[in-house]
Amino acid sequence: MTDKPKKYVIDLKNLQFRWPGSSGWQLQLPGLQLEAGQHLFVRGASGSGKTTLLNLLSGITTPHQGELWLQQQPMHRLSASKRDTLRAQQIGVVFQQLNLIPYLSVIDNVLLVARFAGQSISASEERASQLLSRLGLVESIHQRAAAELSVGQQQRVAIARALLLRPALLIADEPTSALDADNRDAFMQLMLAEANDSGTTVIFVSHDTALRQYFHWYLDMEQLAQGVQAC
Amino acid sequence: MLIKLARLSLFNRRGTVLMTLLSLVISITLLLGIDHLRHEAKNSFTSTVSGTDLIVGARSGQLNLLLYSIFRIGNATANLSWESYQRIQNHPQIAWTIPISLGDSHRGYRVVGTNQDYFTYYRYAGQNSLQLQQGEVFSDVYDTVLGAEVATRLGYQLGDEIVLAHGIGQVSFSEHKDKPFTVVGILAPTGTPVDQSVHVTLQGIEAIHIDWQQGAPMPGRRVSAEQAVEMDLTPKAITAFLVGLNSRAATFMVQRQINEFRGEPLSAILPGVALAELWQMLSMVERLLLVITLLVLLAGLVGMTTTLLASMKERQREIAILRAVGAHPRSLFLLVQLEVLLITLASLLLAFALLFVALWFGQDLLASRYGLFIGLNPIRSSSLQLVGVVIGLSLILGCIPSWLAYRRALTDGLSVRL
Repeated sequence: MTDKPKKYVIDLKNLQFRWPGSSGWQLQLPGLQLEAGQHLFVRGASGSGKTTLLNLLSGITTPHQGELWLQQQPMHRLSASKRDTLRAQQIGVVFQQLNLIPYLSVIDNVLLVARFAGQSISASEERASQLLSRLGLVESIHQRAAAELSVGQQQRVAIARALLLRPALLIADEPTSALDADNRDAFMQLMLAEANDSGTTVIFVSHDTALRQYFHWYLDMEQLAQGVQAC
Repeated sequence: MLIKLARLSLFNRRGTVLMTLLSLVISITLLLGIDHLRHEAKNSFTSTVSGTDLIVGARSGQLNLLLYSIFRIGNATANLSWESYQRIQNHPQIAWTIPISLGDSHRGYRVVGTNQDYFTYYRYAGQNSLQLQQGEVFSDVYDTVLGAEVATRLGYQLGDEIVLAHGIGQVSFSEHKDKPFTVVGILAPTGTPVDQSVHVTLQGIEAIHIDWQQGAPMPGRRVSAEQAVEMDLTPKAITAFLVGLNSRAATFMVQRQINEFRGEPLSAILPGVALAELWQMLSMVERLLLVITLLVLLAGLVGMTTTLLASMKERQREIAILRAVGAHPRSLFLLVQLEVLLITLASLLLAFALLFVALWFGQDLLASRYGLFIGLNPIRSSSLQLVGVVIGLSLILGCIPSWLAYRRALTDGLSVRL
């Protein structure tokens, strides 16, 4: 039994994972520790085990070996349903695109996470509205259906949803790939500002190394053995 | 929240959902409708003969006698003589009789020749006796008392004159035009074939046929209405008569005595027994109908399952998003089941509404064509059982797409295979 790590938001030890039936480890990560506010840039092309890492970090799947602690919670030992609840409460996820349920209103999309975290929706409504406004989404579009928004707007709604409950960790999977350069920079700045405001650690996955400039820490999926490096 | 999600998700796919709904509404309406008609037909038939102990007519099968004498379905094969009627009527065990003479009609409604005892002794739906809504019971030869539906449908008022037609078709070429009848009374609605009957005196029936022979006017011989009244109008024959006994205990004895009556071959039947025979004859058909409607329902539900299964492909994204915000796989199972439940409940509600509307419009047709009086309220214990069956079956079949959503949620995780 390892001692409970004290201060890390995420603490990974000797993580190993493989898909059922395949031989050899699909993902091997000797160690990864992030403290609160330490944002990490993960560079990885598709097929590099990026999705697997995200599924592990968000508790969708569990490692075959090793340990994965999230906010002092042993994700590798928790039941699936506890991991689901933990994900709702402690992890925000932003996808590449199509983050929103198209037929729900913008505000309901944001509040979705409160429902699955078991928190009162009315208590979160004010923060949801504030977050959206700070992300440049004026109040008049909060009640619109998500499908009516532009891609850039949708990605910002996704950030609001991911940060609604001030989670410990925000996982962003190429969230800027559908945006043009101007939008991309604005998006990065907004996302990191809001993450800092919420005290949330960001793990940002992209193949676009130009975005590395926003981060202090860097992990290359193709050279996992080297571990996390400073930028 | 999950319900809101289910509702909005369905609304988002309203095209396919509407078609699914339509097929379910049709099959559920069919199921509930058949069940309703089954019960109402029995109620309707049973309530019509509630006060009658025996029905007597010329010798025939008991069903035939029951159907033509009470329900005005089909025709009598033979009449019984007035003398026989008089003799049996005097039986010490017999409390009352109601003579019935059939064979004429008025614009599709059957004419019943009878006497005042009809209004005194006839009972329907338990202990209810006939009530006059307007006017009075007939007393003159050319008086007529109309059933409630005849009066409303044909718009007759007290004092109107009507002409009877020979035979029982909707359109008759031989009418008793020379001897019109005057409406003196209109009965209150009863929900039995009485509502569709035109009641006249036995003497009236005799009078209009006095110059007829073998179903046609005798050529060269005309008896005016006034002349006819002066003649002897004692009927020579009647079609059947209903019997009320002093004591139900004597039923079988009186029945046997009438069946062995020496004057002419007669049949006395117990309406309850005859009805039981009818139900028994119909039970096979009934069961078959129920099985068919259940299969139709199953087809509708399978259709719903297919639609939901097909939609699961385009909903991978939805599943991934819900997983990302922390939905358990069982929440997704529940979500799809909720959608199934919503579709089913909506179908049930619409089916009840549709059935109500269909009954509203079909009521008159069923009453005038088949003598069935159908209540409008399709909610009863058996229909509620069917509701349970529908919901149960849909949730069982709904497990298939729900299980798929559950599997997807477990295996695909946050990735979307497009």
